[in-house]
Amino acid sequence: MKAKPIEIHDLTVSFQKKPVLYGVDLEVEEGSLVGIIGPNGAGKSTLIKTIMNMITPNGGYVKIFGGNQKNGIKRIGYVPQRESVDWDFPVTVMDVILMGRYAHTRWFRKIGKSDRQVAQACLEQVDMTAFADRQIGNLSGGQQQRVFLARALAQDSSIYLMDEPFAGVDAVTEKTIISILKNMKKEGKTVVIVHHDLATAKEYFDHLLLLNMRKVAYGPINQVFTHELLQKTYGGKLTVFSEIASRAAKQPEIENKMQRSEN
Amino acid sequence: MFWKTEKTLGFPRSLGIVTASIAFSTNLQAKQIDWNKAESFFERTSRFWQMQDQSVQIVVLGSILIGISCGLIGSYVVTRRLSLFGDTLSHAVLPGIAIGFIWSQSKDNPALLIGAIIAGFLGVTCLTLLQKYTPIRQDSALGIVLSGFYAIGICLLTRIQKMEFGNQSGLESFLFGQASALSINDIWGIGITLAGIGLFVLATHKELLISGFDPSFARSIGIHTMLLQYGLWILLAFCIITSLQVIGVILASALLIIPAATASLLVKRMNAYLFLASLLGGIAGLSGTFLSFLGQGLPTGPLIVLVSTFLFLLVLGFRPKTGIFTHWNFSRTHSMRIKAENTLKALYHILESQNFEKTSITSQDLMQRVGIGRGDCDREVDLLIRMNLATQRSTKDSSKLPGQSLITLTPQGWEYACKIVRNHRLWELYLTNEAKYASDHVHEDAEKIEHVLGDQTIRQLERILSNPREDPHGKLIPSLDDIEHGGIKNKHAAEEGFRYSNPT
Repeated sequence: MKAKPIEIHDLTVSFQKKPVLYGVDLEVEEGSLVGIIGPNGAGKSTLIKTIMNMITPNGGYVKIFGGNQKNGIKRIGYVPQRESVDWDFPVTVMDVILMGRYAHTRWFRKIGKSDRQVAQACLEQVDMTAFADRQIGNLSGGQQQRVFLARALAQDSSIYLMDEPFAGVDAVTEKTIISILKNMKKEGKTVVIVHHDLATAKEYFDHLLLLNMRKVAYGPINQVFTHELLQKTYGGKLTVFSEIASRAAKQPEIENKMQRSEN
Repeated sequence: MFWKTEKTLGFPRSLGIVTASIAFSTNLQAKQIDWNKAESFFERTSRFWQMQDQSVQIVVLGSILIGISCGLIGSYVVTRRLSLFGDTLSHAVLPGIAIGFIWSQSKDNPALLIGAIIAGFLGVTCLTLLQKYTPIRQDSALGIVLSGFYAIGICLLTRIQKMEFGNQSGLESFLFGQASALSINDIWGIGITLAGIGLFVLATHKELLISGFDPSFARSIGIHTMLLQYGLWILLAFCIITSLQVIGVILASALLIIPAATASLLVKRMNAYLFLASLLGGIAGLSGTFLSFLGQGLPTGPLIVLVSTFLFLLVLGFRPKTGIFTHWNFSRTHSMRIKAENTLKALYHILESQNFEKTSITSQDLMQRVGIGRGDCDREVDLLIRMNLATQRSTKDSSKLPGQSLITLTPQGWEYACKIVRNHRLWELYLTNEAKYASDHVHEDAEKIEHVLGDQTIRQLERILSNPREDPHGKLIPSLDDIEHGGIKNKHAAEEGFRYSNPT
């Protein structure tokens, strides 16, 4: 059997003794377009960042294509939240997109002509050719998001993780992004997206992960996008669970258990 | 965030220190290259630029090299918002230098360098520990480490001056800098540091670029961001330590920050940024040394910093588009243009109210029409005359009040006046017809818009409104045809040889 692009087993992550993710299992099929849905503070971004090895989990593991996470993340194109970078940095749009190509070049090697052509093509795909020489600070929010997307495209990865790519963009940009995502899927790439808009989730994705500290449900959209499951994700039942979990985590024996699982 | 604090807090502080250093320097004696009272200003200038003295050569070379390395490494400090970090590091090395001196009992000894490196390393460690294990924010942590280490350094220096070997130590040159004491060995140190920085930047340019812009992305494509950061820190430490001899502990960070901050105002790409920052640093080094060579009691280090502050202010004022002076100049000429246009319009209205029967307007009419006094009126007419839009002559007619004058529009002025009135009326018409404004609401808006409508917009308005002849108030819109072929003037002024006739 072919290894899954992303495999997560019993993943627990906490910030300052407060659990954010608790025992999450997940296996993403190759070529699926997955939306991660859940209320604020449900751990959606944390899950993505843990997969990208930016956060060290307290327990559990992540495998990329059945192998080691640290090597695996080089096969992932990551699109962070727009606010996470310094937009005053002295780089142009083209510079940022070429950064996506650096993943394919080694130290001391220069960016070649073919890399520039790829970057140009990516820029065209997101409809930003006219802005190639613009300093990134002089772009609107939607344009900045397109730049990020073009950089991910230039990376030409097998898996893409995107943290709220639709946040604060206008309708035109949202359409551009979604058509690019569908293209990626056609090419057999696996795309995982943190999303916050329930209304559009059903038409955008083919798989859905409902997350609220725990995995509430994961599966094809028509099986998961049900009133009952959404209620369970956003509704009151789980708030009790999260309260108890954070209270319990402050008690010594559970903390010890967490530390043990870390070792 | 750091950059912001630096903007509000760093420059006034730096300036204060510079002033203090200059004031102090008289006590600290021999701050500059040997001084000959008999020499004139020009002799001294030419002696400097000929650079035959070895001492001059060394100081100039040292200052330029330091300027370049500080500019290079400073570009990374500023773009990564580490300005306060650089300041902290430069203060933190002081106790190391003092201990190195006590150990070796001499000023020219590698022990001082080793001490400085160890102290700098300890400072960074303290900082990291504070951030990792306490809830203290980064800026406070930097402040604590900076002042703590600096205080230790000052205590040690004071002790040293009480010791028997410490009297002529000249250690305070590390506080304020003493360029004239630079030796060949120092130049080697400075040169090697610059070479190290250059090699590091060349070898890891793209990695530094990515990790500076988006560290988490950099890590995800396998760039060792921490390794790069440590590399930068070590080079930063070396850069600071080698420049202490010239600039001094207190001002060392200024040369890191100011040239790079100046570059940030001008360029949008990292390569240009690096180039410009090091160029500005080098220029500041050279000019600062030159200025300090010109007079007695002029310390090199603070002058280098002052030159680079001056360059910063220059760029801030005169850079294209957004410079303060550029902007001020633009809005000044802009408001002058609007003033002239309004006067022209008033003149047109007066002519129009007289059915274009007269060729000139009395200043009395203009004053009444606009509702201004004699002084304002004269000023506005002067403006038109200077712009070659009108001429003025005093009246000989005794029936008029004394001091009255007649204002006559030149052909250009006439054309301009028609154009402005036309803009105004077209816009009014557009607002009432297309945007459904009430006709008594449109005047205010058109008063502003008339000055910014371009030729192209006017053509477009004409097309939309299908070449109208009258505005919403029933007044004639002087058409392009009227302006170019003198339609209005032909109608009214043929018999009296109207002055606005076209040369053709």
